Amino acid sequence: MTITEKILARAAGRQSVSPGDVVFAKVDRVMMHDVSGPGVIKVFSEWEKKGVKLEKIWNPDSVWVAEDHFVPAADRVSAENVIALSNFTKKFGIRKHFKYGLGQYGICHTLSHEEAMVLPGQVYVGGDSHTNTTGAMGAFAAGLGHTDVAYVLMNGQIWFKIPETMLFKVEGQKPDHIMAKDIILKIIGEIGTDGANYEAMQFAGDVVKKLSMEERLTLTNMTTEAGAKNGIIEPDETTYAYLRERTDAQYAPVHGDDDARYSETFTIEIEKMEPTVAKPFSPGNITVARELQTTELDKAYIGSCTGAKLDDLRAAAKVMKGKKVRIRTEVLPAAQSIYMKAMKEGLVQIFMEAGAVVGPPTCGACCGAHMGVLGKGEICISTTNRNFPGRMGHVESQTYLASPAVVAASAITGRITDPRDVRN
Amino acid sequence: MNKTLKGRVHKYDRANIDTDVIIPGPYLKIHDHKELAKHAMEGIDPKFPEKVQQGDLLVTGSNFGCGSSREHAPIALSQTGIQAILAPTFARIFYRNAVDGGYLLPIEIDEPTVKKIADGDELEINLAENRITNITKNEQYPMKPFPELIAKIVEAGGLVKYRPQ
Repeated sequence: MTITEKILARAAGRQSVSPGDVVFAKVDRVMMHDVSGPGVIKVFSEWEKKGVKLEKIWNPDSVWVAEDHFVPAADRVSAENVIALSNFTKKFGIRKHFKYGLGQYGICHTLSHEEAMVLPGQVYVGGDSHTNTTGAMGAFAAGLGHTDVAYVLMNGQIWFKIPETMLFKVEGQKPDHIMAKDIILKIIGEIGTDGANYEAMQFAGDVVKKLSMEERLTLTNMTTEAGAKNGIIEPDETTYAYLRERTDAQYAPVHGDDDARYSETFTIEIEKMEPTVAKPFSPGNITVARELQTTELDKAYIGSCTGAKLDDLRAAAKVMKGKKVRIRTEVLPAAQSIYMKAMKEGLVQIFMEAGAVVGPPTCGACCGAHMGVLGKGEICISTTNRNFPGRMGHVESQTYLASPAVVAASAITGRITDPRDVRN
Repeated sequence: MNKTLKGRVHKYDRANIDTDVIIPGPYLKIHDHKELAKHAMEGIDPKFPEKVQQGDLLVTGSNFGCGSSREHAPIALSQTGIQAILAPTFARIFYRNAVDGGYLLPIEIDEPTVKKIADGDELEINLAENRITNITKNEQYPMKPFPELIAKIVEAGGLVKYRPQ
């Protein structure tokens, strides 16, 4: 069995499972945020009308809550959603609620690893499609909707169809200008935005072994954009070292069997890979950055669970150091703790001296909700994960997706730029 | 499963219709079902909610509902009156949300069938026999049967009262 199959078999109390089997699996961790949380509360109020009442949560200590999409409160409705969510966590004894303005907080998928909320071998579900991100920790991590999260809160389990696993082996010597974002964009470009629909995407190979934990999380984060049920990387010393810095919790890691069956195996040779960009209006619409050198931009955005982790900020700062941005540039670290580390390392100063604004963690601009949305006709290059029509604002705005290094280089020139073309 | 659905088709013949166009990001803070319905498909056809009558059907290309996990998407569509969506494939979370929430039925049909169905056609869907009749054109098409568990959840009206056996 693959790692995904073994984790789900263990959680379903079975000796073995095969792709296509439908199982009810016990859940170890569940997350909701300030969009899905109020959605879950709404589901419970609808269920109550049908005679099903939530008396208690199956295990309040397995549940954690993030405020990230509409914080700082975008308007009164957003503020009231956070109040409703806070009342819910208080009422049902959920202690892990990361509140905006009260110590550590940030984007849910970033907190999931930064706060070691999810451990290797666990089954983790969240009310957000990019829950896949946390599979890089060696966990089964999948996004669910409000009804499914409500069901988990009540019953501690949920149904899953065991997915086939596609194996992506990334091999070769990674050039410095190539980041995990380039790799995953290239993969999505090759297999398409439904190329992994219902399947698990597992990453392996020499390059993945050497990637930092945060870079690995970029790979799994965007498995969602290929339609995958989950993204996963087998845990190793990099994973364990990352966790040792963050938690004393015990866990039981799972590894795939040597004779595990994969539906398809792809080998990605990295040596000749070019900095890659997804053009509007699909994450699969890729080309290389140098093909787009004449594309004039209005804004550069460095933010989100995909592209504002500490390594992302380091990569962007390395390109921006000592230079000035020519277009408006927004840097929003993905969590308060990362913001502080970036400050201590001098990255915030580099961004601000370059002329960029550095703002508080939020999903706001990434999903076109608030905190820097695009107007009609505006063109943005972004470290985020989606560029569907209207994703970051007006339906006639355009978003190009790229690595933090490409976005930083583009901020400096005002056009889409390969980081190799920005000279010191 | 013993159920027959009848409805008029709204056809949007393109693949990868994502949740950002089904219900754009700014409306994610809204949880009132009727309010969400006013913005259904706003990114593709702002007049959509006015065009739909209770019981209508949506026919579309593959990978419908890709993108975010927002349950607002099937809620908004079902609140406009859509009772089933027919497409070659669905994005996984949209499919789960539609079924587990009991909002509407995601029905898988093949690509040639999508081509044969036109905007405004009247269809009858026989879930017991996995058969679709195009009343307007007097044609019949196959549909992919629901997997066993999905059929049970559909019959139970969603996950709310379903308990693992």
